[in-house]
Amino acid sequence: MTFKPIKFYQTGSFAVGNRLLSENLRTVQSDIARSDSLTLGHRACQGCGEALGARYALDAAMRATGNKVLATNATGCLEVFTTPYPETSWQIPWLHSVFGNTAAVATGIAAALRAKGRQDIRVVAQAGDGGTEDIGFGCLSGMFERNDDVLFICYDNQAYMNTGVQRSGATPPAARTATTEAVGSEPGNVFGQGKNLPQIAMAHEIPYVATATVSELHDLEAKVEKAMTIRGARYLHILVPCPLGWGSEPSATIRIARLAKETGLFPVFEAEDGEITGVSKIRHKLPVESYLLEQRRYAHLFAPTENRDVLDKIQAIADRNIVRYGLWDQKTEEDGNMSIATEQ
Amino acid sequence: MEKPFAITLEVGSSRANKTGSWRLNRPVYVDRLPPCNDACPAGENIQGWLYHAEEGDYEAAWQLLMKDNPLPAVMGRVCYHSCESSCNRSQLDHAVGINAVERFLGDQAIAREWKVRREVEPTGKRVLVIGSGPSGLSAAYQLRRMGHDVKVLEAGPTGGGMMNFGIPSYRLPRSVLAAEVERIAKLGVEFEFNHHVDNVLKEMEEGRFAAAFLAIGAELARKAYIPAGDSAHILDAISFLSSSREEKKPMLGRKVVIYGGGNTAIDAARTAKRLGATDAIVVYRRTRDQMPAHDVEVEEALEEGVLMRWLSTVKHLDEHSMVLEKMELDETGFPQPTGKFEKLESDSLILALGEEVDLSLVKDIPGVVIQDGVVHVDENMMTGHAGLFAGGDMVQGERTVTSGIGHGKLAARNIDSWLKGKTYEHPQRHEMASFDKLNTWYYTDAPHAVRPRLDTIRRQSTFDEVVMGLDEDTALFEARRCMSCGNCFECDNCYGVCPDNAVIKLGAGLRYAFDYDYCKGCGICATECPCGAIAFVPETI
Ligand SMILES: Cc1cc2nc3c(=O)[nH]c(=O)nc-3n(C[C@H](O)[C@H](O)[C@H](O)COP(=O)(O)OP(=O)(O)OC[C@H]3O[C@@H](n4cnc5c(N)ncnc54)[C@H](O)[C@@H]3O)c2cc1C
Ligand SMILES: Cc1ncc(C[n+]2csc(CCOP(=O)(O)OP(=O)(O)O)c2C)c(N)n1
Ligand code: SF4
Ligand code: SF4
Ligand SMILES: [Mg+2]
Repeated sequence: MTFKPIKFYQTGSFAVGNRLLSENLRTVQSDIARSDSLTLGHRACQGCGEALGARYALDAAMRATGNKVLATNATGCLEVFTTPYPETSWQIPWLHSVFGNTAAVATGIAAALRAKGRQDIRVVAQAGDGGTEDIGFGCLSGMFERNDDVLFICYDNQAYMNTGVQRSGATPPAARTATTEAVGSEPGNVFGQGKNLPQIAMAHEIPYVATATVSELHDLEAKVEKAMTIRGARYLHILVPCPLGWGSEPSATIRIARLAKETGLFPVFEAEDGEITGVSKIRHKLPVESYLLEQRRYAHLFAPTENRDVLDKIQAIADRNIVRYGLWDQKTEEDGNMSIATEQ
Repeated sequence: MEKPFAITLEVGSSRANKTGSWRLNRPVYVDRLPPCNDACPAGENIQGWLYHAEEGDYEAAWQLLMKDNPLPAVMGRVCYHSCESSCNRSQLDHAVGINAVERFLGDQAIAREWKVRREVEPTGKRVLVIGSGPSGLSAAYQLRRMGHDVKVLEAGPTGGGMMNFGIPSYRLPRSVLAAEVERIAKLGVEFEFNHHVDNVLKEMEEGRFAAAFLAIGAELARKAYIPAGDSAHILDAISFLSSSREEKKPMLGRKVVIYGGGNTAIDAARTAKRLGATDAIVVYRRTRDQMPAHDVEVEEALEEGVLMRWLSTVKHLDEHSMVLEKMELDETGFPQPTGKFEKLESDSLILALGEEVDLSLVKDIPGVVIQDGVVHVDENMMTGHAGLFAGGDMVQGERTVTSGIGHGKLAARNIDSWLKGKTYEHPQRHEMASFDKLNTWYYTDAPHAVRPRLDTIRRQSTFDEVVMGLDEDTALFEARRCMSCGNCFECDNCYGVCPDNAVIKLGAGLRYAFDYDYCKGCGICATECPCGAIAFVPETI
């Protein structure tokens, strides 16, 4: 992994900062002078994971490039809640594309910068999971294939949130959305459909692909920073819980992202040139229920009666991820994760 | 306004949109009471001094500790550390080794000759302290720091009370005790040794003392009637322990029986072993679980080869043997005689049946009330006689060094107020920082550092200290295991996790503030605060 866990120091690399750590071991977010690419007053819901993920990623990109970042944004919550006329929350150069073409717009900007000899300015394209996996997929695949010098960030909240929680290619099986109601013999989204965009990106053999969540800030920032050291097409897929669409408590956003990883449902890893080079290990393995129970989009799995069948199928997905990506070392956990972080 | 190329609209910032109006609940920074602080009988701010130790600023840590307790090197050895028993971290892996860090700080202070600062100008008021045990020392020290002239009258030849006469040196080397008493003397507390007080009021009048603190302890050995032959050899534990440090060691014989189940009994047994007894046998009426002695000490005694006879009483004693009666617990858990007897070889019997207060000193003082064999004090530590305060073993309490120190501190605060014609107000207690208030995900897994112990062989024959100290690295490691329960330790989590940038970082040492103009009240900060220093409370609309 690009990210190296910090030695002991009380909270190690779990917390955002900590006065005991030297400045260079703390996150960008702990910096009193962080760029706040997204500023106060935006209209995201209470506890929005997307607002958080965007600030995390862009502030890290800003620091990594000496504040030379230009961002594009597909239509979606992030675009809408940051720029209702006549206000903007962006404190970086930012362009709204349409819903489906943000990768192409970013490609164009990168080409223009190259033509002007301004390759010091780096381009970041941003989209929700709908704008990435569905309508924006053609443009994105082209950007990958051409290896255009763009970091594409997908903020994955697993549905079309901005238009009222419709299913996307990233909606997980069994989840209730406005278009996959919890009715019938297979309530919620069906099993066996949808796309695994990080794997698809890897199949393009682009230089860098990574996944992250808003619960592991040190890891997320290290990945952005690493991406900015590379030229060519890069893809970062960040899981950003959505209290509105997932039916979760606004205060639980980070905890839910953490549970997604700790259960194995959302593998956190990175890959270079199509090969996986590192995974973030599960620290305390948990059954999938601990994640599902916090979200009303899965409420139908627990009431009026528990749907054991479906729960087992979801657990099987997590178990497969754990094996496939090597997400968990039983012994490491039993030994109190000492090999992850002990020396002082 | 001249607009840049291709820009047709005025651009405004979203800062115009005060999202704080959305809020139903507001996060508020609080300081909650860590369970360690709550449990410390001396009222130490443990979380507070660990905070400095975490940074490696041991002197600042020690200075803060010294506000509440003048004997950290002693406490780091003899305190039964109820702080650790209630430490939140014990629910995660193991309690923080608070006591070990305290000892490290105390030892550092002695080695580096750190000094406490006198806080205020001299008041010219004179206070008398009678007895130089932990309680008297603590009161004298605190009163001196408050600017008063303090004189301690002590019957014995040196300071320390039971820490000197009772606690064996393998647990508390006397050089450590002497160094900490000496520091109190250097602060300007006047000590007069070999001065047994017989008339408190007379001493006060002659010395023009405006108030007095009594801390004479409980030093009279409790007796039990045991029929014994003429040549039977009986001693009491306190005199035995006290004489064991003299040139001429007490004569015990090979087989020694100690009667009692408290810490004193265990100390006496371990001391007998060190003085050459082949068998040191503790005889106790009840079971091991019911023993008032602390588990660690029983454990250490067993390691050293001390033997235990539970559920037994001594019926009769001769020169080289005694008769024990077996006991049995009834339904209420009370031991009852069974009428079954057995013989035990023994050359001497040490009685460790508890200690009583010598009330002759106070019985004639007008107003002083005696209750259940101890002196009654009110919540301000004052006896029924105005201006006369008391604490430590001679009043109702736990009878430990630590609670004695706590009494001394509390009495000093009350005496100070009393001298100013006021009544001391107990500060309001903060809400508890219970385990459920923490988000322990954030703390690195870190099992505790164990204090090294002397080998058993050396423990059986010498009075060398059994439990050794931590080196600096280990002390620092241990300090950093503290989760800072209920008190912000500046981990930057709230500042980082707010999706609305509504947390303002004020800079090192200054913590954070909420920007209520923009905080939407999602509560992520409160959920993700590792140490429970953010309360989330409903808005009043
Ligand atoms: C063997 C033993 C081991 C113990 N181990 C521990 C332990 O590990 N941890 C712990 O916390 N507690 C321990 N204790 C309990 C602890 O020692 C006492 O609770 C504590 O010392 C009480 O403090 P004090 O100040 O009230 O009185 P004391 O320590 O008893 O001091 C009273 C002082 O007053 C003096 N004095 C008495 N009468 C007069 C007078 N008339 N005029 C002048 N001076 C007088 C005495 O000489 C003495 O110095 C132990 C006790 C014993 C007996
Ligand atoms: C071509 C087109 N189709 C439909 C829309 C309506 N629309 C706007 S945002 C959105 C969904 C966005 O979903 P996603 O990309 O996942 O972002 P999110 O809002 O969930 O962050 C849709 C369908 C549109 N703007 N343009
Ligand atoms: S709907 Fe979801 S993604 Fe959109 S602003 Fe609200 S919380 Fe964020
Ligand atoms: S973790 Fe620290 S603050 Fe919390 S109870 Fe233990 S020593 Fe006290
Ligand atoms: Mg979405």
